[in-house]
Amino acid sequence: MSSTADAAAPAGHHHGDDHDHDHAAHPQGTLKSYTVGFVLSVILTAIPFWLVMSGTLPTQVTAITIIAFAVAQIFVHMICFLHMNMKAEGGWSMMALLFTLILVVIALTGSLWVMYHLNTNMMPGHDMSQLP
Amino acid sequence: MSDAALTTTQGAPRFYLADEHEHEEGGSTALGFWIYLMSDCLIFAILFATFGVLGGSYAAGPSPKDLFDLPLVALNTSMLLLSSITYGFAMLAMQRGRTGQLQAWLAVTGLFGLAFLSIELYEFAHMIHEGATPQRSAFLSSFFTLVGTHGLHVTFGLIWLVTLMVQVKRRGLIAANQRRLACLSMFWHFLDVIWIGVFTFVYLMGMLR
Repeated sequence: MSSTADAAAPAGHHHGDDHDHDHAAHPQGTLKSYTVGFVLSVILTAIPFWLVMSGTLPTQVTAITIIAFAVAQIFVHMICFLHMNMKAEGGWSMMALLFTLILVVIALTGSLWVMYHLNTNMMPGHDMSQLP
Repeated sequence: MSDAALTTTQGAPRFYLADEHEHEEGGSTALGFWIYLMSDCLIFAILFATFGVLGGSYAAGPSPKDLFDLPLVALNTSMLLLSSITYGFAMLAMQRGRTGQLQAWLAVTGLFGLAFLSIELYEFAHMIHEGATPQRSAFLSSFFTLVGTHGLHVTFGLIWLVTLMVQVKRRGLIAANQRRLACLSMFWHFLDVIWIGVFTFVYLMGMLR
């Protein structure tokens, strides 16, 4: 069966070609990418923990800073560890990621927004004697 | 036989491939697995949203400041981060075809993953012992659901990792095993990405509330 397939395959296509094809489809990591990713992750993890544990900055500033660090670290992981780029799988990996991010943003902001207002408007009024 | 031998009007048979070209076995696995991970991402997004809504509802029960032990969470985070880099080293060993190195790095990754799970279970047990059970308040229900789902993913990742170690030992670095290791690589690093969200939004932001 395989001999038939080989005979029918276009000339010049042999098993050596498969390797190159794989490289284009799934980009692989290098020692450099993993090391850079790890060092950046350690820095981007240590600083938020230190900020919260020491309490050097005001609460509001700390909150914004640690969210910024988390977003930066997610980017580092995506690029250095998951090897995301525009070309992986002919761009479809990135498409799926972007589509998911849009859904995540809608679900997260929508839920938080609606439920925050619901909470605020459903707060018990001043007349606490009505409550059981 | 998938090849269809068709007419022979001129005597010699002509062969046509009934299958499509350029789709070698497992060629679309990486993309398919990535799309599965994206659907998993949606599950976590909803759990994060739930925690975001309910995370402040303590029902007069314990708050994050009473419960969370940040040095322990930092230790836990470092375990997961170290397991990420060791899995990276395992993938590098796989690319060079070094089975022994690959198995060693996979074992180290498994140990870090196990350490992560143990610390998490210790934390859960400690909280439940203090009466901070999932039934105590909406905050704790959503906390245990979110962090527990992540822990469950790590557990299944560990089972997968051990399975692949056995597979590589028995069958060697065949193409199918390389594909499976690449999928587990994505899964493992993805769990690390989710954990960034967990330690930032659940633990660190919880301490700031």
